[in-house]
Amino acid sequence: MSSLLRGEEMCLAQLFLQSGSAYDCISELGELGLVEFRDLNPSVTAFQRKHVNEIKKCEEMERILGYLLREVKKADISLPERDVNPVAPLPKHVMAIMEQLQRLEVELGEVTRNKEKLQRNLLELTEYTHMLRITRKFVQRTAEREPLQVQYEEFPFLEKETMMDYSSMQRLGAKLGFISGLIQRVKIEAFERMLWRVCKGYTILSYAEVEEYLENPDTGEPTKCVVFLISYWGDQIGQKVKKICDCYHCHVYPYPSSNEERNDVVEGLRTRIQDLHTVLNRTEDYLRQVLIKASESVYTWVIQVKKMKAIYYILNLCSFDVTNKCLIAEVWCPVNDIPTLRRALEEGSRKSGATVPSFVNRIPTSDTPPTLIKTNKFTSGFQNIVDAYGVGSYREVNPAPFTIITFPFLFAVMFGDLGHGVIMAVFAAWMVLCENNRKLKNTRNEIWNTFFEGRYIILMMGLFSIYTGLIYNDCFSKSLNIFGSGWSVKAMGWTKEQWENNRFLTLDPNVTGVFKGPYPLGIDPIWNLASNRLTFLNSYKMKMSVILGIIHMSFGVILSTYNYLHFRKKYNLYLVFLPELLFLLCLFGYLVFMILYKWLAFSAKDSRHAPSILIHFINMFLMQGDGLQPLYPGQTGLQIFLVVIAVLSVPVLLLGKPVYLYWLHNGSHRLGLYRGYERVRRNSEEELYLMRAHDMEEGSSHSDLSSSGENPTEEFDFADELLHQAIHTIEYCLGCVSNTASYLRLWALSLAHAQLSEVLWAMVMRVGLRMDSTLGVLFLVPVFGLFAVLTVSILLVMEGLSAFLHALRLHWVEFQNKFYGGTGVKFCPFAFSLLPSSFEHDGLL
Amino acid sequence: MPSLLFCGPKMAACGIVISIWGVIMLAMLGIFFSAKSAVLIEDVPFTEEDIRGDQNPPGNIYGLYNQVGINCFIAAGIYVAVGAVSLCQVRLNKRQEYMVT
Repeated sequence: MSSLLRGEEMCLAQLFLQSGSAYDCISELGELGLVEFRDLNPSVTAFQRKHVNEIKKCEEMERILGYLLREVKKADISLPERDVNPVAPLPKHVMAIMEQLQRLEVELGEVTRNKEKLQRNLLELTEYTHMLRITRKFVQRTAEREPLQVQYEEFPFLEKETMMDYSSMQRLGAKLGFISGLIQRVKIEAFERMLWRVCKGYTILSYAEVEEYLENPDTGEPTKCVVFLISYWGDQIGQKVKKICDCYHCHVYPYPSSNEERNDVVEGLRTRIQDLHTVLNRTEDYLRQVLIKASESVYTWVIQVKKMKAIYYILNLCSFDVTNKCLIAEVWCPVNDIPTLRRALEEGSRKSGATVPSFVNRIPTSDTPPTLIKTNKFTSGFQNIVDAYGVGSYREVNPAPFTIITFPFLFAVMFGDLGHGVIMAVFAAWMVLCENNRKLKNTRNEIWNTFFEGRYIILMMGLFSIYTGLIYNDCFSKSLNIFGSGWSVKAMGWTKEQWENNRFLTLDPNVTGVFKGPYPLGIDPIWNLASNRLTFLNSYKMKMSVILGIIHMSFGVILSTYNYLHFRKKYNLYLVFLPELLFLLCLFGYLVFMILYKWLAFSAKDSRHAPSILIHFINMFLMQGDGLQPLYPGQTGLQIFLVVIAVLSVPVLLLGKPVYLYWLHNGSHRLGLYRGYERVRRNSEEELYLMRAHDMEEGSSHSDLSSSGENPTEEFDFADELLHQAIHTIEYCLGCVSNTASYLRLWALSLAHAQLSEVLWAMVMRVGLRMDSTLGVLFLVPVFGLFAVLTVSILLVMEGLSAFLHALRLHWVEFQNKFYGGTGVKFCPFAFSLLPSSFEHDGLL
Repeated sequence: MPSLLFCGPKMAACGIVISIWGVIMLAMLGIFFSAKSAVLIEDVPFTEEDIRGDQNPPGNIYGLYNQVGINCFIAAGIYVAVGAVSLCQVRLNKRQEYMVT
């Protein structure tokens, strides 16, 4: 189970696949998700690869599937939720699927086109009806004016004539014409103006708006239309009017010349509209049926096509061997999974009915394999936040298992509130308990997905915050008095005058009976009422931050020994690790010791003349301070000793490793027998290759071994190494100081959180509680609601994210730069479940 | 009869969460006020007059404590009602969702 600590051991393997069973074998491997394929044809473009035709077919099928899914989505049909996982179809079944898809596409296309045509038709008839109805009103309006008309002898008008103009113009011998139709409302004014300018008053335009919205056939949106009626006389005017109507995209309909004709047309239209409605309904029903039937199997097809395409991509990565009978693939595979790989290949061969089985062969390599760290649903969150900084180098110590505890702990030190911790833990517990709920898993909301992926991290953070909330004794900014305070006010014995005349009174722990002993767990609740609370807490939290920081950093330095031991670079232990540790502990470890000593050795009685640690620490470096009272006997001597050791460890750190390596390489005739053997027996290159691979497997890096003259790239460059080590030394020594100070953010953020919490209570909740009128009760209800909302949004979300970020930074920079390389490549296995689907991306699935 | 549904599913869920939190927290506050906890002294609406002009030394303050405690309990009771209303809204929302699809 060294996987989480260090990463799996990987090897490069060659798969020999028979041509007939290659497809099935790769399908098996895709289901398992064991191996990562390497590209054996890197110089070939995508279009020159072998299986490009099959991939084109797959993409054609995906296109049809996309069209189907869009139609299904438009018709608001919900896809059946299912957990099917169909295997990739064999090449012989692909034709059947392709046929079905093409048939569906053609059918759908036809039905949709028909439907559109019918709808257009319906729209025209509806418009015609509106037009007839509204122009009748024009007629009735003008008809009202009839009785007012003076009767001229020359122009006796017929009783039944509806258009007065018509008759008079007829007498004049001019031809009166009508054009009627519909136009969009936004265009009517421009239309009118154009008509007036062009026809110069030889036309009369009357229009009225249609009450209901009609659907615009081009855009599909409902628009307002206007019915117009143009009466003109003269043919040329008529043509001009027609041209203008065309220009403005009017829908023109024939105008009935008499009332009977109008009624007939209206009747005919009504029946036609009814028929059309029936036909349209039937068409829509049919379309829906087709789509529902398609939607049942579309999900299966999508997965099958995705898998097929992936398999062909992988087949393109393989190359043929000399005999052209079998396919060779190179994969990265974890060593422990090679039996599983063998079984998968056997299974694939059996399924395809091949006589000759495919097999796997492990080959040695000098390339660095990718890093694989197997995680479960709990550890994957923590591994993700470590990988976000950098994926670990191959077989390097992985900080993730330690991060599981230290990260929530450092977060909780900065967050430290019992009430907020409870809310956070409850929220995370709800997410964890409902983690199998499909709706929660598959939402597309990015922010929710981020929180959901980190639900175990948030749960740990909440639980640890409950713990630190108990230690800080802070619950929504109020302290809980669980065990009874250790301070007694009565024992001070103040008189009534003192009570009434003094604004602040000091509890002196030196008076008997005032301080009865420390509070069993955490900070005494009486500090919540004290005016010098912050002075006390600041000192406590600052020292605690420094202590935690030094412990965290020392742990990081100690972890580097794991790497040195694993990669067989034992000299690093003495030349790098030891000076680093000594430097850190002699200076800052001593500071921690002084803090702890002062806490233990000095009590309230000595508080007046307790020494300041800061002054002592500074004097340690300046080698001064004989005038100060020592903390303990022998302090000066010890301090000088520690400073000398720390100062001496710097040149060792700076020069030790380069000098040693230089001596190693240039005094190579002094090397051991093993290397001598290698030099003598280097006739077969393969043996040398295998020997190096053997070293590789055992975990030793061969870059610093003697090159034995074979590889000129293994030259040792002293200047390069010295520069490297100088940079490392400066970085480390300066980093020790700055990183220690950086840990003070633990104090700063916890102070900020506590103060924000207190301000929120004082400004919101206290206002509600202090209301002593009868209405005060009702006021408390919305005040609490406001308090709750502000707590969640400011204190939980904002402060939580802030503390998360700072804890993460402390891990990434201050902790990991003591030992972590982070320059590896992540292992991406070929697995169908990990492949993204382009439909999900478009929101269609 | 107009629909009794007046808020969406998310608002109703928020209502339930705040109600549960309100009931628990206000009930505990009420208990702590009734237990005359010293930490909550700043939240009690006392004046100088209450302290100086008191016949029985902490009598007035204790009375005020009790009053605020009772206020808290009443507010907790109101939150129970709010919670019940939110629960109804959640159920109505679920029923509507079920009926539409």
